[in-house]
Amino acid sequence: MQVIITINKKPGVLDPEAQAVKQSLFSLGFDDLENVTMGKQITLFIETDDQERAKYRAAKMCEALLANAVIEEYKIQVNELS
Amino acid sequence: MRIAIIVFPGSNCDRDMMVAVESLTGRRPALIWHKQNNLNPIDLAIIPGGFSFGDYLRCGALAAHSPIMNALHDHAARGGAILGICNGFQILTESGMLPGFLARNQELKFICKQITLSVNGATSCALTASLDHKETLQIPIAHNEGNFFADSETLNSIESNGQVVLRYTSDKYATSTNPNGSLNNIAAICSLNGKILGMMPHPERAMGKGHESADGRKLLHSIFEAIIT
Repeated sequence: MQVIITINKKPGVLDPEAQAVKQSLFSLGFDDLENVTMGKQITLFIETDDQERAKYRAAKMCEALLANAVIEEYKIQVNELS
Repeated sequence: MRIAIIVFPGSNCDRDMMVAVESLTGRRPALIWHKQNNLNPIDLAIIPGGFSFGDYLRCGALAAHSPIMNALHDHAARGGAILGICNGFQILTESGMLPGFLARNQELKFICKQITLSVNGATSCALTASLDHKETLQIPIAHNEGNFFADSETLNSIESNGQVVLRYTSDKYATSTNPNGSLNNIAAICSLNGKILGMMPHPERAMGKGHESADGRKLLHSIFEAIIT
């Protein structure tokens, strides 16, 4: 099972990198820009045919290591590989 | 005094710290590789600065799960003293031994310079008890992720429990109040029991004799003094 984990800063956590990118986009004329968030994406392959199990294991991995709950939140997307 | 310095792949201040400790105590501390599972009885564990595991994922995140960390958790549970400097501070927050998180510097730059620190008069840190609260310290910082962050509830409890040990303050030129955007100008905090200290500044780079300052020596001396007594 393929698992795609997206990790982003929690709302309210200062993200100076995203702010800098936002400023640059503004200065390029993209004045309809409302907000920028920047995170990371981690793709895993988990040995199981069970989507729920894959999601559960990925959540455990996020809690143990991949995301820091002080500043980050994560989303898990599970894709069955054909 | 038994002091161990923990070495991770990418640690780069371990030897400077070894020299600093030896110059103060007359005894060479043990360098302990992170893959070791246990620690002989020690009085102080030092987690030095550097770029453990190349700062991959998040600074200190991978080191926080190295085999030696179980032994450090046991040492902490027995009330043992731990000093984490720079990347060592990041490892302590990532491992949950200290609260908060060290985020990217506000100006998105690596900052390497001498800064001025004030000692929090209300600190409950057992390791820095002999520092003069009215004096300021000149100790350099060198980091890209030293911007201390915690949610407001955690920050309030850190403050009300006297866990803030050092704050960035104005130097004589009044230029370097807060170099990295840290909440409440926090440069160093300690655990609730006051025995685990995490700090961004590098005391081993302020030991006098060729360094710009000898205030790091003063700070390390206060820690060693606290451990003996």
